[in-house]
Amino acid sequence: MCLAIPALIKSINGQQAGVDIEGVTRDISLQLTPEAKVGDYVLLHTGYAISVIDAAEAEETLELLKELSEAGT
Amino acid sequence: MTEIEIFMKFVEEYRDPELGKKLLDRIHKRSRKPARLMEFCGGHTVAIFKHGLRQLLPPSIEMLSGPGCPVCVTASADLDKAIALGHLPDVIITSFGDMVRVPGSRSSLQKAKAEGADVRIVYSAQDALTIAHENPEKSVVFIGIGFETTAPTIAASILQAEHEKLKNYYVLSLHKVCPPIMKAILDLGEVNLNGIICPGHVSVIIGSHPYQFLADDYKIACAVSGFEPLDILLAVDRLVEQIESGQPGVEIAYRRGVKPEGNRAALSLMETVFEIGEANWRGIGVVPESGLQIKSQYEKYDAGKNFKIDPGPTHEPKGCICGSILRGVSTPLECKLFRETCTPEHPVGPCMVSAEGSCAAYYQYGSNK
Repeated sequence: MCLAIPALIKSINGQQAGVDIEGVTRDISLQLTPEAKVGDYVLLHTGYAISVIDAAEAEETLELLKELSEAGT
Repeated sequence: MTEIEIFMKFVEEYRDPELGKKLLDRIHKRSRKPARLMEFCGGHTVAIFKHGLRQLLPPSIEMLSGPGCPVCVTASADLDKAIALGHLPDVIITSFGDMVRVPGSRSSLQKAKAEGADVRIVYSAQDALTIAHENPEKSVVFIGIGFETTAPTIAASILQAEHEKLKNYYVLSLHKVCPPIMKAILDLGEVNLNGIICPGHVSVIIGSHPYQFLADDYKIACAVSGFEPLDILLAVDRLVEQIESGQPGVEIAYRRGVKPEGNRAALSLMETVFEIGEANWRGIGVVPESGLQIKSQYEKYDAGKNFKIDPGPTHEPKGCICGSILRGVSTPLECKLFRETCTPEHPVGPCMVSAEGSCAAYYQYGSNK
């Protein structure tokens, strides 16, 4: 129910945005993420972007995962 | 980075089996104390079953599924209200898909539709607004279920209706909030937990601070998790670390989506339209301050206040133990109806209807643990 998937913002028109979801395009609302820009990835939930995905944090978590894996073996 | 490379960073790399195996090795080496962990969210339940994670964790770690499935926790009495609304003349019911199949006391929205009610499945509250625009002579009621992830989207739809001067859009707010129900379940004293995998997309909205009481007052380790297998293993690793060190806290293991303070814009929309009130949870009952009600200044959009209905007396399905499954006290394997009379094709209780329900997950992935 709380499913949210990454979607890439291709265009913005007011509070609506055109997004690409793994090749599929659709219109979504940016009412909950007014800071979102074209080129951002957002988490999309029932037609609304609920957050802008933080690419730097995504990378850092992957680094942490690798560090933990090495330290644990 | 190219778009594809970025996407890989968000999804594919969090499914890397080699990295997953190493993390599992680490968890096996470090987990010594018995750890009973609850994944609160139904989305996590599905991900854990789908990737077979329960079987891969060490015997010291026991996983329990929690009540984090909005369809599952909707009380029969509330469902009866939705069905009664559907039987009113000139009313169009709009609802998320899973909800229409859940049996109420005597019927379901699906059966009501077969009997002539106008029930339409929508993907988004925005679709319900569109239906309201297209049918000005009808009243369009959206069945508002969902936790903090979904509630801001419904708040946004009410504000949009206000902005567009829409006079025929209503919401039956059955929204529920998560931290109070975590407290209610712990206070019942039926389950002893050492750690909670906190819901990822609820936390996108509310942040990680609202879970602090779990660590401070209940000494329960907390980690907010994403939904890919490595996200979940990272959350389990963080919980094991907290449990082994005897220092429970609240960590975010899903930093690409969740900030400690949450999504302020979404919280502000939610606070504009809703206020905290009691909510009726299936299997738990009425819990104070665990639901969201529409504020009086927006009551013209409140389906609960604008229609006269008689939902009749409430009956729970006989033999169904969804209630104790939702409280983490029983598993679907203990239910006499499971796989016999209750199947995804003919569900008796809501935990078999929703794809995120524990019964549906046990059925689909054939777990015997």
